Amino acid sequence: MTQAASSHSDSTAFVAVKKLTKRFGSVVAVNNVDLTLSRGETLAIIGPSAAGKSVLMKCLVGIYGADEGTIYLDQDDVSDTNAPERPKWAAKIGMLFQQNALFDSLTVWENICFRQIELGTLSRKAAKERAVELLGLVGLAQESAELTPSDLSGGMQKRVGIARAISTDPELLLLDNPTAGLDPVLSNHIELMISKIATQRGTTVISITNDMQIARTRYQNLMMMHDGKVYWSGKTDDIDDAHNAHLTQMLDGSSQGPITMRTGKREDGIFA
Amino acid sequence: MSKPQNAQGDVRSKSLVDYLNDENVRAVLYQIVAIGLIILAGWYLVSNTLYNLAQQNISTGYGFLDLEASFEISETMIDYSAKSNYATALVVGLLNTVKVSVLGIVLCTIIGTIFGVARLSSNWIVRKLATVYVETFRNIPVLLQLFFWYALIPGAFPHPRDALEPLPGVLFTSRGMYMPVPVADTAYTLMGIAAIIALVAIFFIKRWAKKRQDATGQPFPMFLTGLGIFVGLVLLAYLAGGAPTEMSMPELKGFNIRGGYNISPEFLAVLIGLTVYTSTYVAEVVRSGIQAVPSGQWEAADSLGIKRSVALRKVILPQSMRVAIPPLTNQYLNLTKNSSLAVAVGYPDLVSVSNTTMNQTGQAIEAISIFMSIYLGLSLLTSLFMNWFNKKMALVER
Repeated sequence: MTQAASSHSDSTAFVAVKKLTKRFGSVVAVNNVDLTLSRGETLAIIGPSAAGKSVLMKCLVGIYGADEGTIYLDQDDVSDTNAPERPKWAAKIGMLFQQNALFDSLTVWENICFRQIELGTLSRKAAKERAVELLGLVGLAQESAELTPSDLSGGMQKRVGIARAISTDPELLLLDNPTAGLDPVLSNHIELMISKIATQRGTTVISITNDMQIARTRYQNLMMMHDGKVYWSGKTDDIDDAHNAHLTQMLDGSSQGPITMRTGKREDGIFA
Repeated sequence: MSKPQNAQGDVRSKSLVDYLNDENVRAVLYQIVAIGLIILAGWYLVSNTLYNLAQQNISTGYGFLDLEASFEISETMIDYSAKSNYATALVVGLLNTVKVSVLGIVLCTIIGTIFGVARLSSNWIVRKLATVYVETFRNIPVLLQLFFWYALIPGAFPHPRDALEPLPGVLFTSRGMYMPVPVADTAYTLMGIAAIIALVAIFFIKRWAKKRQDATGQPFPMFLTGLGIFVGLVLLAYLAGGAPTEMSMPELKGFNIRGGYNISPEFLAVLIGLTVYTSTYVAEVVRSGIQAVPSGQWEAADSLGIKRSVALRKVILPQSMRVAIPPLTNQYLNLTKNSSLAVAVGYPDLVSVSNTTMNQTGQAIEAISIFMSIYLGLSLLTSLFMNWFNKKMALVER
């Protein structure tokens, strides 16, 4: 039950994480995590704050290297941040950061197509056209292109972050809380868009969320993390009512189960 | 019903009391009274001073500037002798002030940046050493530091007879530092012209490169090209000028050293003192500037596969600068103003020369008015430049 997502053999796996451990000093942020996804599959990661979800994502995108274990993307070993295959993957992975991490030194459209401008793959004119097109896709007006990210509201910044993440037509899309801070209508719009990207372009999507409902309806796989470890993982279709009740209780803190909230600084709300 | 006058206000004319109760009228009235009091106080001071000066038979005005100064100045950047007039003497002082301030600003920026970055080092020793440096020199009055350096230099270095010579031609003595300088030659003028031409060329190439990148997206290796053009042209000018190699070497002649370029102990004391003191503040400004940019910005640039140097230039620095430039301007202004403490160790800066002028002519008010206006002017110039720089580096106002 805990490894339902890894039913595919490793040779065909697009994302293959084996026994991944990442430490910060004495804190074990990610502890012996296994994760396998085929190309085009979608995965929602849920879990309480400080469960290691964001760190796992940053390991996948190449910000942190593995202390132990391995990360393979489409058979390329990218366990180390300096792995020779890493630069190639920078273009193939799009990531939305939890705090958006938009660049205040640039305009919105320069943010969205920063990579294309700096690497010279698009002229500035073409880059701007592409950015405006992406803005429309995430439901932002064309006028916001010339603003700086700090001029935008939190929800608008999040959408610019998503636009930047998908600007390179990535093969792997990593979204750290894509709908946090958005109203239900917008949140639905964004989730629908993510599903569309996954089905139409065959993009593999890994998304951190704290909404059990969204995770179950919009994603094929679900992984629950706690204290750096995988607590549950499997197909969302396999989640029956008993499972659902149990996992939901874990998330909303009403469970007396093995999850105890860590004390200390919480990010935004109880879950992050 | 509670305020019947409101209803009638338009009909009956306002009385004086109504006017005085009007907030707008009152605001203007208070300001008129305030200005009036300031003018009155100023007039009182000026008329009193003029009366007192007349009683003591002291003439007023700036006519004294044309008189012969008849005192020597130990360090001058322009032709000056005791036969020159007071105006020239003051210009010598001004240039000395500008020399030590500009060099101090450049050096304190470099040293401060190094220590500011060192305070964030992951190496324990480096971090602690930087902290000790900053906390020590920041917390000792700058005047005492000038005294310290001025006592140290003549005390720590030998008499010219036994000068320390760490490099051939570079001498450390109790009378300051000596180093060789090239003997004037047309080749150096040519090199200067070549440098200017190179800079202009680089400016235009950069514009062209930016235009091309905007249109096609192709980047251009601007740094290497620019370096090549600059070094190449300057070197070419040097060779074209006959590649002169003659140097004026400092040598002991009699009791003192002649030739070469002399940096006086007074100048060194002021420069080191001001630089060290101000660099501690610059270090703190640099540290806060770097810390003001969240680490997520590096991570995001990393995840996009952007080179670290590009991320630094396009993402991190512009945001650090926005935080750092205004307090940095303050430190530059402080250094310029603190350079007036040079008078304490006998460096002939503007204040020192003005003091001598005042003592000789008795024109205290005029001399003070001159150097106060000059310091004001220097500070405003620095401010203007930094504001321009800030606009260029930073972003739209938030």
